Amino acid sequence: MKFIRLLAVIPCMALLLAPLVANRVEPRVFGLPFLLFWIMLWIILSSLVMLIIHKFETKDLNE
Amino acid sequence: MNSVIIPICVVTIFAFWVAVAANYGKAQRLEGWAVGNRNFGTILVFILMGGELYTTFTFLGGSSLAYNNGGVCYYILCYSPIAYILGYWLAPAIWKYAKEHNLVSQADFFIHKYNSRMLGMVVSVIGFLSLIPYLILQIKGLGIIVSETSYGLISANTAIWICSLVMVIYVMISGMHGSVRVAVVKDILILATVFFLGIYLPIHYFGGIESMINTLESTKPTFTIVSSTDFNPVWFVSTVLLSAIGLYMWPHGFTSLYTAKSSRVLKRNAIVMPLYQFLLMFVFIIGFVAVLKLPGLDKSQSDLVLLKLVKQTFNPWVVGIIGAAGVLTALVPGSIILLSLATLLVKNILSPFTSLSTKREFLLVRFSVPIIMLIALAAYSYGGQTIVSLLIVGYGLVSQLFPAIIFSFSKRNLINKYGAIVGMLSGTIFMLISILTPIDINHILPSSLNGMNNGIIALIINVIVMFTVSVIFKNRSVLR
Repeated sequence: MKFIRLLAVIPCMALLLAPLVANRVEPRVFGLPFLLFWIMLWIILSSLVMLIIHKFETKDLNE
Repeated sequence: MNSVIIPICVVTIFAFWVAVAANYGKAQRLEGWAVGNRNFGTILVFILMGGELYTTFTFLGGSSLAYNNGGVCYYILCYSPIAYILGYWLAPAIWKYAKEHNLVSQADFFIHKYNSRMLGMVVSVIGFLSLIPYLILQIKGLGIIVSETSYGLISANTAIWICSLVMVIYVMISGMHGSVRVAVVKDILILATVFFLGIYLPIHYFGGIESMINTLESTKPTFTIVSSTDFNPVWFVSTVLLSAIGLYMWPHGFTSLYTAKSSRVLKRNAIVMPLYQFLLMFVFIIGFVAVLKLPGLDKSQSDLVLLKLVKQTFNPWVVGIIGAAGVLTALVPGSIILLSLATLLVKNILSPFTSLSTKREFLLVRFSVPIIMLIALAAYSYGGQTIVSLLIVGYGLVSQLFPAIIFSFSKRNLINKYGAIVGMLSGTIFMLISILTPIDINHILPSSLNGMNNGIIALIINVIVMFTVSVIFKNRSVLR
């Protein structure tokens, strides 16, 4: 299941290119400008993605 | 008005007591003192890393950057999560190697990997070049915070001298154990104050974040995003990338990885660390509120926006508590920096020239703490650049260690010690030239790459030189 690690690339790109792909004030989410919401969303998702990878890696170890 | 200094004094004394009490004979040896006997669990490592990464900069620089530059400040939100993703694999690998070889400093890692004391010295010198400014940044921030929140009752210089003394004494006695205890207190205080301010201030003045952003956008369109007129994508991508690479390369951050009890602690740490960024988001929101409520501060005053806004809104008691939290955000990273520098200075720069017993060496490490503090204080009184530019320079310098670390984990390392030394030196010298002289490399680059972060250029030079020199010296040994 090594390819699951490639998932980690997605949040990296979403954050690295944030002002190029999401540089808008509207639509507003939780009152935040869209760009700020986008970044905060991907920060949470980066945690989640790493949690998923971690689960897979520890599962591989136990097998 | 005298009562405003009570919270600051109480918290400083409490921090001192907690830190000194942390040493029930735990710091008998250098390993206990510098890396906490390698027995910190997930929560302590989380707090320790939070303590050194979210510093006075979180309080002052972050809000001032949002105040001055608007949405561009979001770049700080973007790089740390990328660094943590990288750290998920890198940190456990570093920890494992450090544990196997009983390493206590960042330079130790290079000495063992490349079997070269000379490389250890180069790494230590880069550590000094980047950490002394970082320490000054903390000291300067501390002075600003105390003199502002005590309404000038305690001068910046008095605050700096008292807190430096507190820091030096507890670092000498308790080392890493002391720092991590203070970090616990600091984390509770700073999380509580920043979340409170970030939520309360927009509600108090505008009824909520949404209407605050509305008002801001109607007075200054596109202020809360990256304004398209002067935005440079090359600058953004290269700066985020460089900072992500540099995050784990700071000598004090590197050695705090050593404190973990197992590699699993560091994996879990990398997973939860991104959530710390919410603290920064609220700091930026406070900066945005200040744009509307305290317009027109000039750049030299803008490091004070958060504190000025707090003083305008709350009574002196609340101001005092926020000042106390501010003091701790300087003490924690300051103390970890001090002990990293002391270890580097004695163990990796001086010791190779002498034959000290381990006991003597440890004694010398402890007594170099006040000397390093005095060096930083002397450098501080000569003044210098603003808080943010100091940090950007630091990231460019510490990142130069990154290639040699990455290559050292490959099965057959193509890089030898000569390549690592010369490569690192060329990257570092390039950085110093770009800061200290008026030469601007961006004129030589093709115009499509304008705005490229100097640190990235330095890294490219570093890697090219590293390979070239490694190849040349490899062939020589074969010929012989």
